Parts: sequence; structure tokens; C-alpha cells
Amino acid sequence: MVPPGTPRYLKRTVDAPTPSQVRRPLVTVTPQGLFCEPGGFHIDPWRPVERAVITHAHADHARPGSQRYLGTRTGEALLRRRLGADAVIDSLEQGERRTLGDVTVSLHPAGHVLGSAQVRIEHRGEVWVVSGDYKRAPDPTCAPFEPVRCHTFITEATFGLPIYRWEAPRAVAEDLVRWWDANRARGRSAVLFCYALGKAQRVLAELARLTDRTVFVHGAVHALVEVYRDAGVAMLPTRLVSDVEKGTSFAGALVLAPPSAGGSTWMRRFGEAETGFASGWMRVRGNRRRRGFDRGFVLSDHADWADLLRTVEETGAEQVLTTHGHAEPLARYLRERGLDAAPLATPFEGEAED
Amino acid sequence: MRRLADLYDALDQTTSTNAKVEALTRYFQQAPPEDAAWALYFLTGQKLKRLLTTKLLVGWTQELTGIPDWLFAEVYASVGDLAEVIALLLDTLERPSEPEELPLSVWLEQRLLPLRTKPPTEQREQVVSWWRAMPRREVFLLDKMLTGELRVGVSSTLVVRALAKVLELPASDVAHRLMGTWTPSRAFFERLVSKDGADVDRSRPYPFYLASPLEQPPASLGAPRDWLVEWKWDGIRGQLIHRQGDTFLWSRGEELITDRFPEITAAASTLPEGTVLDGEVLAYEDGKPLPFARLQRRIGRQKLTPKVLAEAPAAFIVYDLLELGGVDQRALPLRERRAKLEALLEDHPRFPISPAVEAAGWEALASTRDESRERNVEGFMLKRWDSTYQTGRKRGDWWKWKVDPFTVDAVLLYAQPGHGRRSSLYTDYTFAVWRGDDLLPVTKAYSGLTDEEIGRLDRWIRAHTREKFGPVRSVEPEQVFELHFEAIQPSPRHKSGLALRFPRIARWRTDKQPRDADTLDSLEELLHDSA
Ligand SMILES: [Zn+2]
Ligand SMILES: [Zn+2]
Repeated sequence: MVPPGTPRYLKRTVDAPTPSQVRRPLVTVTPQGLFCEPGGFHIDPWRPVERAVITHAHADHARPGSQRYLGTRTGEALLRRRLGADAVIDSLEQGERRTLGDVTVSLHPAGHVLGSAQVRIEHRGEVWVVSGDYKRAPDPTCAPFEPVRCHTFITEATFGLPIYRWEAPRAVAEDLVRWWDANRARGRSAVLFCYALGKAQRVLAELARLTDRTVFVHGAVHALVEVYRDAGVAMLPTRLVSDVEKGTSFAGALVLAPPSAGGSTWMRRFGEAETGFASGWMRVRGNRRRRGFDRGFVLSDHADWADLLRTVEETGAEQVLTTHGHAEPLARYLRERGLDAAPLATPFEGEAED
Repeated sequence: MRRLADLYDALDQTTSTNAKVEALTRYFQQAPPEDAAWALYFLTGQKLKRLLTTKLLVGWTQELTGIPDWLFAEVYASVGDLAEVIALLLDTLERPSEPEELPLSVWLEQRLLPLRTKPPTEQREQVVSWWRAMPRREVFLLDKMLTGELRVGVSSTLVVRALAKVLELPASDVAHRLMGTWTPSRAFFERLVSKDGADVDRSRPYPFYLASPLEQPPASLGAPRDWLVEWKWDGIRGQLIHRQGDTFLWSRGEELITDRFPEITAAASTLPEGTVLDGEVLAYEDGKPLPFARLQRRIGRQKLTPKVLAEAPAAFIVYDLLELGGVDQRALPLRERRAKLEALLEDHPRFPISPAVEAAGWEALASTRDESRERNVEGFMLKRWDSTYQTGRKRGDWWKWKVDPFTVDAVLLYAQPGHGRRSSLYTDYTFAVWRGDDLLPVTKAYSGLTDEEIGRLDRWIRAHTREKFGPVRSVEPEQVFELHFEAIQPSPRHKSGLALRFPRIARWRTDKQPRDADTLDSLEELLHDSA
């Protein structure tokens, strides 16, 4: 048994000679999703299966309908919300090992959102890691990513192009406060669109280091903020927009809402408002302009190009499979650097809103 | 440079016109005149000639970042703007924490413009050293200037409005002071902002007054007798200036086209001193306009040989009188301007006045309008007899009442990314019609879809790509669109043998199958009819 949180695999070099080419792959893509045959389970399946190991609670990774689920203890409450009260959910501490079929499974922090994990699978000395979504930038709302040594690393590649490079989150938060203040000074509200699960709470936690003002939130954001508060994450005080008496002015307020609320009648109550969007996609001007946001704040819960490369290196993997977004260019770039890398065809789209 | 970057960001970061005017006003109040002149140059859509090829800039970027060709191409396809790609990629360079700051005019006059004549090794050395020292957003602007593509996303109306606020002048005065050609310099900007605006430029045109498309029934305009009805000639809108013995012909795009139409310029020398006329340049023979295609062919010719001139003799059909005896006439009502114009041109047969179309009422006019295509005109212009000559497109007094456009149903065949705001979306489309069992490309069209439709079509294109040729994708021939266009003409340059004028997308016909699209035969028939 490995004590939770110990980056044990970092300290050990993988020595078992396991040329992945001659063995059957430990994880394959089936119509249901990523499948580990000797373990008899799927990872983040997109169709109902018998046993699902879930990396995190985002909609494209945690889908209802499977018979049994396995996830992290810290992510359980979020998973429960997504999967419903009847779902059979089993939880592991980070790093805790569990035998499933012929393999040993453990979950390790991915630094993506609260309770997000990478899945480590060991089978007769061969180790595969499925990254799920991950980032390397600091985030006060979740445990930091932990590199896990492996033979084969299945990595996400949402931002797998060298133009994607994140500034320090602290600097982005300061920028956000400046924007809020500028709108306050003009008596306007500032509506910041962001992913309701993860990004909104991260913004609230980052801002809590710079101010103590109350932030207004959309209902979809509110429910998840509560879950984060229960988990002990420190964030700015929030108020539900729908709790505010009709006709009250939102002048000077900062409002967090999911992107789907943009352009809806829900927006009318804010009068003359400036809109912003917190997302890694905002790194490219055209992305912001075509969606009509006034401001873009480059804040992502995924790894940028340099961190994708660094992470691949730190896993020591000799085979790398890429999914999400820019899977092809990342795989090709890694191949040109002498790694055995290929894109893996999955329907993960790489959170369009993130 | 930093001040320009701030202005660029401020304009880029808001969709509110008031906020844009505010940002511009702030800039003009704070910037020194020699910098403001350059900013104004770019803000009014003028461009530097390209100083360096994009190929050089791309090469240097790759050398600095180690990005291979294929990956650069991949990045470019995803961003769509070269200057932005370079600025983003170079973001990995170590930069000084206190970057050097130089005024815009120094950048342009002492650094960028001299670059053109420097040897390549020195060009590289200079540009790379600037890149290493500048913040990302300034690298972006620098690259845009180097490649001659700096465009600031703001309409000239807003620029004029902001300047008018700063100068405390009417917007129309400012618009006038900005017309014509000028060099961005301290002297120019100081003259611009001086109270009397000392107008020494005798070539300077007045801002054109533009008509708006009539969308309501004409009867809503009131009594026909309050309106001057003219044919809407299909040529080049122009302004003819005769001052101090010199003649200038400006196109509506503020291009000086004096030399392209020697017959018009020669005739203008007989006009009295200090005359400015608004009119239309047409290919014109025996008192009748020729199809626009004839004029267009002439514009395409490099040399104006006697043969070219004979094939498409040009005339200037006069609409309006803007200046008489050196005095601005624009504040007079049209009725008076027209009377003066008739008196002035009585003895000038080379300058026919665009005739008034007489009819008993709107209904009678509507049936006369149906003759438009036979007459090689686009419909009617409706001008209120009381109207002054205003600036730009002001709704209310001048309307264009065009004939209904031609339509064709065509199949989307190719798509490529747009430019600027739309650079990350597939917005340039090529459409085809049937010739037997083949789809033959007939036209490109860019406009007409809503943002929502553009987004939907973009996703469809990405998911249904057949082949990629550089930035162009061929797609499954499944989507049918109704296109509108104003005219059709023969074109040996096109595989289809014809070209559509002003094609735009009217509707996405999701209700139609590709088989329902039109045939080349039907377009050829149309061509035959309109010839
Ligand atoms: Zn996720
Ligand atoms: Zn994902």
C-alpha cells in the first residue's frame, strides 16, 4: 500500500523491459470508450458500461448510465451531482491501489479541477497512465498535478500548439480586478463567462487573494461553488443573482455565469454590461472577437504547450498517445523528437468552453 | 508605440461605439501631433507599402523558436493572422522587464521606413533585436506595419467623430479636412487641428453623400413631387474638381483616377474656375450607357491605347453641384443646386446632367423601373428636393431603389478562412452549379450569413472536408445556398465562362438537395438575355 499523495513512481525508474509493441495494448478504444481489457473496466466511457473509472466530473468525461463507477474521494460529491443519486460510486484516496481484474489501478492528482485524477494501470510490470484533463499551473482549488512514471502515457492535447502559453494565474487575476474596477468606476456591471465547474471556483479563489468583495453568480455556478466550499476551498463570498430583489441595480458588480447564459434574456437585468470570457482559447484574438466578448482573460485548466512537453518527459514514457483538440500536431512533434507517439481517436473534443 | 498599442487594445476590447470614440478622443488629446498623424494614417485605412515579405518574417521566427515548417503551417491555419502567430510564438523569448519606449513617428520614420533599403542581413539583425525587446502586443503591431497590413478595426465615421470632439468642429468639416491624399507629418496634423484649417490643398475632394437602400415601399416617402427621381447609373461614382487651372477626378474610394479618363479631364478644363461636380463615370456611346463590363475591361488595361479608348469611351454624368466659383454649395437645398447646375452646364454638352425621370406617381415609376436592366442601370435614385448635400451614408433624404437582384441556387464546393475578425473561421466560400453531372464553380461569395450561421457552417465544413489544399478545403457537395447578384457578364478568365457581379448569400437553403441547384445552362440563358 502506498501512502496517499506520495509520488512514489517519480523516485523509481521503470526498469521492467516491456516493449509495448509486442504486447497487447493495455488500453484500447472501443465504441464505448477507452477500455482496459485485463482490468475489465472503461475509463471516462461515453456510453454506458459495466464498470467505469472516472477521471473527473466534467460532462464529457463523466456520463450517467453505467452500472458502477470508481473515482476519487475528493471528487465524489461533484461526481454524484453529475451522475445522480442512484449511481453506484466507489471512491479511492489519491494514490490508493485497487485490484480490478488482472490489473492494479490507482488515481493520482491531475490538477485540473477539484478531485480530478490521472488513472495509473499496472499489469504484470507494465504501467499505463491515462491523464484525463490536466494542468501544471498553480490552482488553489485542487491538488497539484503529480507526474507518474509509466511506459505508456495517454495525454490530453486540448492546447497542443506552441501558441498556447499561459501567464501566471496571479497576473490574470490582477487583470480581472482592474477590469472589474474600471467597470465599477463607470457604474457598469462586468459579466465574466466561465466554465461553471472548476473555472468559476478557481476565479473566486484567485480573486480572494486580492479583494474581499462579494461576487454575483448564476445558478449553475452557485450549486458548484457550494460543493467547493464544503470541500474547504477558500473563495470570495458569493450571492445568487436570482436571490437579488427584482429591479436592484447591478452597477459595479462582478457576475460569474456559464457561457450558455450569454445572449439570453437572463443577461438583461445587468443593463449596460461589459462581457469577458475566462478561457485558454482567449489567447487567440479571433476566438474572442468571433464570439463577441469585450474582454478575454487567458485562464485555462489545461496544460499549455510547454507543460504538455514537460509532462510527457517527466513520465518517462516511451509510448505516448494523444487525445482531445490538437492531438495530431502534438503526436507528430513528439515523434520528431524520437518518441513513439500517435493520436488516439476519441470523441473527446477538448472542452470548447475551457 | 505603447500609446498606439493601448489604443489598439481599447478599440479591440469593446463593442460599444461610445467607448471607441472615447478611446480615440483620449488618444488624440494626448498624443504628440507627429505621432497622432501616423495613428490617423492607419486609422483612416491607409497602408504602408510592404517593407519586408512575410516569408522573411516567418523564416526568422522559425529560426528563433525552432518551430518546423509543418507546425508553423498548422498554427497559422488555427490562428489565421500571420502577425499574431509570430507575436504568439515569440512570446517564449526572454524579454527585458522594462522595455524601451519610442514614439510612433520615430519608429516609422527612423526605423521602419529606412529598413526598405538596407541589405537583408541588416534587416534581419534589426528586426530580431526589436522583437527581443518588445512586449507581445507591440510585436504584433510591428509585424503588421512591416508587412503593410496594419488595419485598426474602427470605422472612419468614429475616427471623424472623435476628432471633431477634440477640435470642437462639426464632423462634416473634419471629414472634409481628411479627404484626398496627405502625408502623415507633424505639419499635416497641426494644419488639421488649426481653427481655420487653412485649406491649401486644391485637389481635396468633398466627402461623398451616399444613398441608403430603400427597404420600405416608396409610397411611404410621401408625395412624388418632393423627390428627384434619377436612374441609378452603373459606373464609378466620382467627383470632378477644377480649381486653379488643374483638374482632379476622384473615385468614391478616394482614389485619384484623373489619368485613367483623359477625355473627361480634358473636357473639364473648359469648366469655370472653382467648380466641383458629383457624378458617375460611365462607358457611354450615342447618348446611352454601355454595360459596366465594357468600363471594367477598360479599367483593367494598363495602357490606354486609342483602340481601348474607342472601345469604351467614358463620360461623366453629373448628379450634383458641390462647389461653384470656389464656394461650397453643399448647404443649399438640392432644388437650388440643381438649378445652378443646369445653368452652369447649359453650354457643356460633354457633361450631361443625369436626367430626372418623370412619372405620374409611385406606381407608374415602379413600372418604369422594370426597364432598368435594358437600360443598363440598376434602378432609381430618390433624392429629396429639399436635401442638403450631406456626408457619408445618412438615412432619410437619399435612397437607392434598386431592381430586384438575380438569384441562383448553388452548391458549396470550397471554403477558406476569412481575414481579420473572421480569420479563424471558414467564411470565404466558392459555389458551383451543375454542368451535366459535374459541379462547376461559378462564383465566390463572402457575405450574407448571420454570425450564428457562419459558426454553424464553419463546424459543418470542418467535419465534412474532403481535401485540403493549403488554406482551402473542398467539402462534400451537400449544402445549397440561394445567391443574389446584380448582373452577369461573360468572362474568359473563369472556367464557367461567366462572372456574377456583387454576389452575396441570400439564404442557406437547408430545404434543398444539391440536385435542386441551378444549371450552367440557366445562367447562360440569363447572360444571353442581358447581353
Ligand atoms: Zn475537464
Ligand atoms: Zn476533457
